[in-house]
Amino acid sequence: MKFGVVVFPGSNCDHDTYYVLKDVLGQETVLLWHKDHELKGVDCVVLPGGFSYGDYLRSGAIARFSPLMREVREHAERGGLVLGICNGFQVLLELGLLPGAMLRNKNLKFLCQFVHLRVDNPATPFTRLARRGQVLRIPIAHFDGNYFAPPESLAELEEQDQIVLRYADENGELTGETNVNGSTAAVAGLISRRGNVMGMMPHPERASESALGSGDGRLIFESLIRS
Amino acid sequence: MRVRILVSFKESVLDPQGQTVKNALLTLGYSSVKDVRQGKVFEIEFDGISDEDARRIVPEIANKVLANPIIEKFAWEILGEAKQV
Repeated sequence: MKFGVVVFPGSNCDHDTYYVLKDVLGQETVLLWHKDHELKGVDCVVLPGGFSYGDYLRSGAIARFSPLMREVREHAERGGLVLGICNGFQVLLELGLLPGAMLRNKNLKFLCQFVHLRVDNPATPFTRLARRGQVLRIPIAHFDGNYFAPPESLAELEEQDQIVLRYADENGELTGETNVNGSTAAVAGLISRRGNVMGMMPHPERASESALGSGDGRLIFESLIRS
Repeated sequence: MRVRILVSFKESVLDPQGQTVKNALLTLGYSSVKDVRQGKVFEIEFDGISDEDARRIVPEIANKVLANPIIEKFAWEILGEAKQV
């Protein structure tokens, strides 16, 4: 599997993601400059975390207009794999490749901490190595991660099994407390209807080596590699 | 022509920043404050367009870029002539 990590001005998890894919997991990986017009033949595009364009206007709002995003959209429309992590998730929402929008965290704090995620849909290219209900420990680091979907689109997301990851406790139980940022339906990770585009607020690239406190993030990348 | 565009959250969307400002005002003793909504203001200067052009272009810009229509709404007005500095 060939991966391409998109670099926007203000991306800051691009090299971590590149390092995990290339050096930890041994996959062919390239960096893709946002002003280019070429995906260099990658199978999976990763939009990394960070603060593209300084989060000006709204998180992800300006990155959406980067030249390369046209190719990313076409790649997604062809059924190609796209993974958006944190700011990458926000960009996917602004692009309209995933439904909904992000609001500021409910407590108005930047949250940087490990969270537990329950895998609610293991039948995706991003989670196929997980069991239904499996709990992953992966960190978050964001200000605008309070996922919002209007009631009518939320019903559709539930019905189509598009909510892949939810903020839970270590036993996989959902409580008000575990939903740290106040997301609608405790959404931490969401997939497109077709199943080839996923956005997630937690950072799997920061949890891909046990020396960093958790290797659970590898499950996401290793699932993709098996796809 | 100068245009002012106000972007704010839809009524159906919780505005935690507005709520925090409201709580601060209540703490300060402004007990008549009922609600606060926070938004963003944009002032755009256009070169040589008619009112009719503005009525077409401004909502387009607001929907496409300035506001996220899933969570935000906008209002706009044409401002008087730019002040001489």
